[in-house]
Amino acid sequence: MIPIMRAYAGRLLPQLIALTAIVIAISMVFPGFLNLQIQNGRLYGSMIDILNRGAPVVLLAIGMTVVIATKGIDLSVGAVMAICGAVAASLITSGHSLAETLLATLAVGIICGLWNGVLVAVLDIQPIIATLVLMVAGRGIAQLITEGTILTFNDPGLIFIGSGSFAGLPMPIVIWLVFSLIVALLVRRTALGMLVEAIGINRQASTLSGVLTPVLLVAAYVLSGLCAATAGIIAAADIRGADANNAGLWLELDAILAVVVGGTSLLGGRFSIAASVLGAVIIQAINTGILLSGFPPEFNLIIKAAIIIFILVLQSPRFRTGVSFLSIPKAAGKPTEREAK
Amino acid sequence: MQTSSDNILSAIRIEKGFPGTKALDKVDFHLRRGEVHALLGENGAGKSTLIKCLTGAYRRDGGSMLLDGTEADPRDTFDAQRLGIGTVYQEVNLLPNLTVAENLFLGRQPRRFGMVDTRTMNRRARELLAEYELDIDVTRDLASYSVAIQQVVAIARAVDLSGKVLILDEPTASLDAHEVEMLFRIVRRLKGRGLGIIFITHFLEQVYAISDRITVLRNGQLVGTRNAADLDRRELIAMMIGRELATEIHSAHSDAVAGEPRYRFRNFGRRGKIDPFDLDVRAGEVVGMAGLLGSGRTETAEILFGAHRADSGTAEIEGRTVDLSSPRAAIRQRFGFCPEDRKTAGIVGDLSVRENIVLALQARRGWTRPIPRAEQNRLADHYIRALDIRTPDREKPIRLLSGGNQQKAILARWLATEPELLILDEPTRGIDVGAHAEIIRLIESLREKGMSLIVISSEIEELVAYSTRVVVLRDRAHVAELDGAQLTAHRIVEAIAATNGREAS
Amino acid sequence: MKQKYLPLTATILIFGLSYALCVAQYPNMLSTRVIGNLLTDNAFLGIAAVGMTFVILSGGIDLSIGAVIAFAGVFLAVVLEHGGMHPLVAFALLLAITTLFGAIMGAIIHYLEMPAFIVTLAGMFLTRGMAFVLSIDSIPIKHPFYATLKSLYFKLPGGGRITLIGGLMLFVFAVGILIAHRTRFGTNIYALGGGTATAKLMGVPVAATTIRIYALSGLLAGLSGIVFSLYTSAGYSLAAVGVELDAITAVVIGGTLLTGGSGFVAGTLVGILIQGLIQTYITFDGTLSSWWTKILIGLLLFAFILLQKGIIHLSRPERQRA
Repeated sequence: MIPIMRAYAGRLLPQLIALTAIVIAISMVFPGFLNLQIQNGRLYGSMIDILNRGAPVVLLAIGMTVVIATKGIDLSVGAVMAICGAVAASLITSGHSLAETLLATLAVGIICGLWNGVLVAVLDIQPIIATLVLMVAGRGIAQLITEGTILTFNDPGLIFIGSGSFAGLPMPIVIWLVFSLIVALLVRRTALGMLVEAIGINRQASTLSGVLTPVLLVAAYVLSGLCAATAGIIAAADIRGADANNAGLWLELDAILAVVVGGTSLLGGRFSIAASVLGAVIIQAINTGILLSGFPPEFNLIIKAAIIIFILVLQSPRFRTGVSFLSIPKAAGKPTEREAK
Repeated sequence: MQTSSDNILSAIRIEKGFPGTKALDKVDFHLRRGEVHALLGENGAGKSTLIKCLTGAYRRDGGSMLLDGTEADPRDTFDAQRLGIGTVYQEVNLLPNLTVAENLFLGRQPRRFGMVDTRTMNRRARELLAEYELDIDVTRDLASYSVAIQQVVAIARAVDLSGKVLILDEPTASLDAHEVEMLFRIVRRLKGRGLGIIFITHFLEQVYAISDRITVLRNGQLVGTRNAADLDRRELIAMMIGRELATEIHSAHSDAVAGEPRYRFRNFGRRGKIDPFDLDVRAGEVVGMAGLLGSGRTETAEILFGAHRADSGTAEIEGRTVDLSSPRAAIRQRFGFCPEDRKTAGIVGDLSVRENIVLALQARRGWTRPIPRAEQNRLADHYIRALDIRTPDREKPIRLLSGGNQQKAILARWLATEPELLILDEPTRGIDVGAHAEIIRLIESLREKGMSLIVISSEIEELVAYSTRVVVLRDRAHVAELDGAQLTAHRIVEAIAATNGREAS
Repeated sequence: MKQKYLPLTATILIFGLSYALCVAQYPNMLSTRVIGNLLTDNAFLGIAAVGMTFVILSGGIDLSIGAVIAFAGVFLAVVLEHGGMHPLVAFALLLAITTLFGAIMGAIIHYLEMPAFIVTLAGMFLTRGMAFVLSIDSIPIKHPFYATLKSLYFKLPGGGRITLIGGLMLFVFAVGILIAHRTRFGTNIYALGGGTATAKLMGVPVAATTIRIYALSGLLAGLSGIVFSLYTSAGYSLAAVGVELDAITAVVIGGTLLTGGSGFVAGTLVGILIQGLIQTYITFDGTLSSWWTKILIGLLLFAFILLQKGIIHLSRPERQRA
């Protein structure tokens, strides 16, 4: 087990270093940052706040990671969040029980994922185009469900999901922790992870080796839909209402960014759920950090852009060959950055 | 002897190396004005490397090149074109989404007042194509025309742009006999205009129909240049595959197998890929597949494995009809398949050696039943040792291994599934000599253990050595089956060279 | 009929048919006034969509245009209201900035070999961020020159008006059509969409073309920003969110293949008009809710993707048969 642990630590090292650096930087500008207090059996503090607010992006990033690993992308997650938030709000206000509401909402997320998956795997449409359809139409569907208003509710059970706490932690954190743990275990304790990576790296060779490519592709998009549904429920529960216009707006981009920060290549293949979760937390920490440090929040987007450009340069094939050319004169002649993983 | 003024293009002692291999070893090539010069050789012989050096797609490592008497060193294909060397490829290198006229004049469209003068361009395109007896609507997209016409358009563009040397790289591979004849008429006319034409093909009939001289390459070296009229077909094939016809090797195992066939394919085929064929394979038998490139060898393998679904015929295993409609179905029947193109269809580059080895077994077990890590390690270590896969450790990404070791890892992937029929497409291509011998030994030991194997190879000598029977393919059909005393390199070469296939002219 | 005209024909038919249906229900919609408004209201989207058409024809995508439009609005508002610059000078300066910005993105896409999607996503964050840095508030533009520009229009028979910005959009489309079909640059764009490797072999200057395509998209996004600021008389950093999506949709509905290489600038105009028509219809109806726009447009998008998929599928065996 120890070598495996070490391998994991090695894989996550850049993200961990980045996160630590950000936390240290913020706490130097804003001394109270590291403080944690317990009130009414619940943890409070800026760090908890980051983890709590980051919940939707973390959840989306989990599904997005698996989709990107198959060499795909899911642009519709923000819209699916809006749809599912709207479904949850309208079901709970029309008198359905909490359990029914949650199950139905998750089912809607699964259906959205199925739609995307079938377009990609069966009709063989490019993922970016296939998921664009739901991205465009989805918000309209959400508004159709809420009938254009912000559909508020006051069901204590549903609200608990957004602002309650469990074992001292806010519910959203508990949910994404559990969710990421389940997905990480599911992909790594079964053969799913390896098969998904094989498809993302070489779909033809995988199919020839007997991998059930279409089914796994659909499953990846279904997982993404499920994650988006959960994120949608949390976002709605947090504001005690479904806002079809703004729920999940542009979060697909944040989720993609989180995956990229987590080191999963947009070209598919090797992925790490834990790294993407860290990526999402890093993004949220930067958001919060800028807010706390007294910088105008306007800088947020510019910093995000800078991060993307930095990672782009690191991942660029040109840059890689350039670097490996410098570091290993003639021996292997192949890029070696991935060996560390 | 030729003097330099006869030659429009002279390449002298061209050298080109890639990491680990010498693709061209001091090759000489001379092309005269007004001749069609066939350049032949099996895959990996160095034909395409030579062409790429001549057209500037590769920079040569050594040697010199004279074009029309002056030293030439094209930096890229565009530069070569400017100097006078034009190339037409099998996959037409034009843009299907542009019109015929745009394709002909891309980058040099006539302009008036800064705007492209479409009318003049179309008129000149029609005039240009008229020289090639082609009267088509030049304002339509190239994609709306047949490959033959696209080919002619490509030739017209290449000749119009360069005008000294025309390289035709397998231009006839997807044309029918009538279209080939049209193409040859054009080639003869260009020859009459004094162009030097290099013609690459794997259809020997066409070589004889059109060429004046023939140059053969093998393993990156020049075998020889001969007048086509003085070189008979058998001698030519011997030059290509490196068998001296005097020596005869008999298969060591040709009489070793008897009994009922385990696999029985009847009228199995797919339109456009391979004509329906009958094939029996017994336990403990290696069936070789011989034939030149494009003869339908790979297509046979792909249909047997379900990579393409057969549209006629039946497959039986020990008397019961089985479904081979997909790779998964074939794997369920304990088939295994090492494809020819290792990079795109074989290895999963970023995955480790271990993961590549367990992939097919894992896929068969299904994702819910993961192979425990300890078992994966055991399997990987076992095959790394058994097949002598040279890798520092089993977690190395497979793309960092050499070709031979990648090939062994893919073999291990299938051996791990304990197959009963293993189909190997060019298992020894592009790998070093040591690994080559090991793979042949492995094939023999698997046969001795009672496995059935179908092996495709361009190396006849090798096929004779390990096959119990050899099926000969030509023009997308199985044309002969040799066993027992008939199974000699000589007979195989004769069967490949027989001329009752499709005539080019 | 030539196959490549099929999606464009479908687009025009859909537009004609839906306009006829609208008129059948609301005869008032058959007026030059409605047409004039259609052009004016969609002018900024149309201009940006011309740039997007070129980008998509070349096989790329540009996610930054909405942000560039917002940046343009804020930039103009700041330099006009606080800087006291003459609008024409400000326009020129802005167009230079956005063109350069596009060119840089094109250079990154080409030289770093990175997907256009992620490069222009970074561009989107960057420009939107710059807009925020300039000003978070909505700044009204009260420059008298703006009023002059807005008062210019060409009167149509029947009371309709083609305003300056509506006319500008038509002009941009005309120039776009000219570039696409009458310049070497235009053919090179199609060539890139047909296959970068082949285009390079045939001598297309890939680097220069890629950079110029994104520079053109930046220029048109900047122009679209000017039009947007004229249209709204304000600059607001949160404006024009999602315009890139509307533009992509218009391009696809207009019959351009999202994978590049095939399509028409004129189709995009019809795509814009279809989107505008749906909105106009919903306004006329009064009882229908605005979200039907998005749903209908999503459905249209899906239908066109399927149509294109079908055409590719049908044309493939033909090309193989030789």
